[in-house]
Amino acid sequence: MESTTETLYFKPGNWNNAIDVYDFVLQNITPYEGDQSFLVGPSEKTKTLWDVCKDSLLQERKNNGCLSIDTNVISNITSFGPGYINKENEVIVGLQTDMLLKRAMKPFGGIKLVESAVAERGLKVSDEVVKIFNYAKDHNQAVFSAYDSEIRAYRSKHLLTGLPDNYARGRIIGDFRRIALYGIDRLIEAKKADFAAVAGEMTDHKVRLREEISEQVKALQDMKIMANSYGIDIAVPASNAQEAVQFTYLAYLSAVKEQDGAAMSLGNVSSFLDIYIENDLKSGLITEEEAQEFIDQFVMKLRLVRHLRPGAYDEIFGGDPTWVTEAIGGQLNDGRTKVTKTSFRFLQTLYNLGASPEPNLTILWSKNLPQGFKDFCAQVSIDTSSLQYENDDLMRTNRGSDDYGIACCVSYQKIGKTIQHFGARANLPKALLMALNGGREEDKGSVVIRNIPQMEDGILNYDSVMNMFKITLAEVARVYAKSMYIIHYMHDKYYYERAQMALIDSDPNIDIAYGAAGISIIADSLSAIKYAKVTPVRNDIGLTVDFNIEGDFPKFGNDDDRVDSIAKEITTIFIDELRKHMAYKNATPTLSLLTITSNVMYGSNTGSTPDGRKGGEPFAPGANPMHGRDVNGAIASLNSVSKLNYEDAQDGISYTFTMVPKSLGSDKEEQVSNLTTILDSYFDRNAHHLNVNVLDKETLMDAYNHPENYPQLTIRVSGYAVNFVRLSRAHQLEVITRTFHDAM
Amino acid sequence: MYFPQQEYIDDSIDANNPDLLRIHSIETLGTHDGPGIRMVVFVQGCQFRCLYCQNPDTLDIHGGTFISIEELIEKALHQKSYFSKKGGVTVSGGEPLLQREKLIHFFDRLHENGIHTCLDSNGRVLDSKTEQLLERTDLLLLDVKHINKDWHKKLTGLKNKTTLRVAEYRESTGKPMWLRYVLVPGWSDQEEYLHEWGQHFTSYKTVERVEIIPFHQMGKHKWEILGLEYQLADTLPPTAEEVNKAAEIFRLYFKNVKIK
Repeated sequence: MESTTETLYFKPGNWNNAIDVYDFVLQNITPYEGDQSFLVGPSEKTKTLWDVCKDSLLQERKNNGCLSIDTNVISNITSFGPGYINKENEVIVGLQTDMLLKRAMKPFGGIKLVESAVAERGLKVSDEVVKIFNYAKDHNQAVFSAYDSEIRAYRSKHLLTGLPDNYARGRIIGDFRRIALYGIDRLIEAKKADFAAVAGEMTDHKVRLREEISEQVKALQDMKIMANSYGIDIAVPASNAQEAVQFTYLAYLSAVKEQDGAAMSLGNVSSFLDIYIENDLKSGLITEEEAQEFIDQFVMKLRLVRHLRPGAYDEIFGGDPTWVTEAIGGQLNDGRTKVTKTSFRFLQTLYNLGASPEPNLTILWSKNLPQGFKDFCAQVSIDTSSLQYENDDLMRTNRGSDDYGIACCVSYQKIGKTIQHFGARANLPKALLMALNGGREEDKGSVVIRNIPQMEDGILNYDSVMNMFKITLAEVARVYAKSMYIIHYMHDKYYYERAQMALIDSDPNIDIAYGAAGISIIADSLSAIKYAKVTPVRNDIGLTVDFNIEGDFPKFGNDDDRVDSIAKEITTIFIDELRKHMAYKNATPTLSLLTITSNVMYGSNTGSTPDGRKGGEPFAPGANPMHGRDVNGAIASLNSVSKLNYEDAQDGISYTFTMVPKSLGSDKEEQVSNLTTILDSYFDRNAHHLNVNVLDKETLMDAYNHPENYPQLTIRVSGYAVNFVRLSRAHQLEVITRTFHDAM
Repeated sequence: MYFPQQEYIDDSIDANNPDLLRIHSIETLGTHDGPGIRMVVFVQGCQFRCLYCQNPDTLDIHGGTFISIEELIEKALHQKSYFSKKGGVTVSGGEPLLQREKLIHFFDRLHENGIHTCLDSNGRVLDSKTEQLLERTDLLLLDVKHINKDWHKKLTGLKNKTTLRVAEYRESTGKPMWLRYVLVPGWSDQEEYLHEWGQHFTSYKTVERVEIIPFHQMGKHKWEILGLEYQLADTLPPTAEEVNKAAEIFRLYFKNVKIK
């Protein structure tokens, strides 16, 4: 392909010969080592547009979090005509439906769920759509047709929860940059070549791959049609910065028109877009105001992405998140930084449009990031609590690529080259209680795991409990792997992500992303059994209803190896068990220590645990220490979490950290300096992830009581951010009771 | 009733083991007691009876728990990377000078490990051991709670003579210190005394910074828990205006005045 047009000059490379966006970035990136002083405020157009949006967002909130639903149309890439917010002020266009914040039905994950989501709003899915599913099958029906009684029991007894068996799995990130760089026609050409290369004797694998590639080609053709409806031709590459942003957005929009996966992430587009912006700025085609306007309006669109969710969904994913995760910063393997001026421009949207949970801005932190960028990130965190951080030095070296995005909350994904299959999570404290109850679940006593011997009465012995727990974990892993195999097999078959997959290499490597909840409860429980005297209190049918704990014991979150090592050991044991099992498409097992907001739901479904947590009380989120048990200050707490081994949990180790502003120092300058030092040191200890909230408890209490005054108050929860006022009351209270790190 | 005065008995606070420090607690993300990020060791035991004390639970010289110097060193090493270039370890309290002999050893061990040392003290004792400890203190945070001896007595139960001597001694060694001043409306905000305080120290070359700490009520609940009579229960924190006024006065005498 040509590397120059009238206004663009790009340094050529392998990207000219193959679909290789990474090479294009390598050849053309302009790393930026300076500070934020070049940034500008929002344009008049942006302000006008955002005012319209804010009005609609207010209406949405007043209307119980959902403005409007289209109950007639099954949403796909082309099913809705063009939609605008306020056409004359939009420099980047495109909405999921024909109206701002109107939600669309994507029923192939599960028509039942769509029907109940619609019914909860007092509406009804049109007969025509309902009828279709008298003939067609959806993912949800297919999965349950293959589930066995064991999986069903594990699922209904809350041992395996939040499984993507009645909603779309999400997490697959398309390389949305490809359309801007290559145009649709070139991508179709490449996919057709891939198809032709699947030759010779047929196998299941080859047939499936051919069908997948055909679907992808159709999706690419549909994208072209959809773009045309806005008067935009994406058959050919973008020829300037505005088009690069617009094309990239249309690529992402195609994905969220057709899929409502739990997390629909964006990847790492900022420094790619910067190449076009730099070019246009140098040629004098645009000003900094216009560059910022493109990004502000792109980000505004990302903030307005909506999916149709039933109320029950809020329990596991509170606050109506979409996880439009954009990874910003990081370093290249050649030692240059990936930070560009457009990395700053993305962060600037949090000032120009105000704080926001979406897009889920994730800083890839390296000790070598330019100081100006580190300081700006810290400042933005202190001002908005809207950023999370992940360890670039760790992921780049451990996982191998310097061109990766973050799927969902915290999970590494090499862009355009690998994908992951989302696996929700297992409830480890529930598993521990089953180990202590002879395989019976602690609530009603039904046998869930067979062949677990009943523990002897009296004080719990650490070695016997550990033995029993290991047997239990092996069983959980076996059933968990089995359920995941079925889920992803069926998802591919009935709700294939053709739009995202069209922008990914054919037949990519896959991670199967298992998860575990409640690691801090497990660590503290086993520590109590080891270092204190723990006696179960059993009811008349022998089930543990409580535990008597005599004496003190080390607790996770205090930088105490005696207990921190237990958390580490259990994580190793669990992933080792998971690795023993087959995965669909030969995916590689990974594990996350992450809960999203389901820690509240897990807690309410789990009885009293040996650490002293009472039945029904929430778990700590992710890999967090339990609320209020980390009593040696923030750094001891960070140190405990950083001991968990990323090798064992490559899908991510999430830590949500809340500090009151004063605890970071007495003025802004000190606070910025101290926060960057904390991040440098935490990640230097091979920690993986940190959500940073800088908030006063009083602010949250006030927002809890007067939500109308805090429409944009954003807080980081497990791996993502939410509007505080859009969380359920239970989730709001849980956030308020979390440990706030405050100085004495 | 306030917490009773306790005789200063070396043995009770020192115990017999020179390796054990009597502490109240440890804060690992200390950002208010010295430069950068610091591990702050709050020692147990104090003979001042400040009316505004925020940590009345650190007063009892028989309270707290013992921790070995080596364990503290290990903890400090665990967070050394967070200290970066500016931070380090601060010993606060309580009154650290009551355990000065052990702290000499502690600070030596910190220095062996390349960790910056900071002492946050009321300046209760000055003897050869204090001098030895100050020798090992990279930065002294000295609380001079009032310049007038009678007001100092009213406010703290003790006179300020030794505190002022400690300041004088520190100045003579040429090693840096920060002076700290808690601003309590009606107790330590008298203009004439703020001037006098400034005049007293203005010629000191070792004073790198003066910190004004506005009185707050965050320690109130501790008084209630301890069942002690809290005379300042109804005292309001100074207004921003009052704090700025005090800062303006101090700025007549010092280049670097910070409001905490």
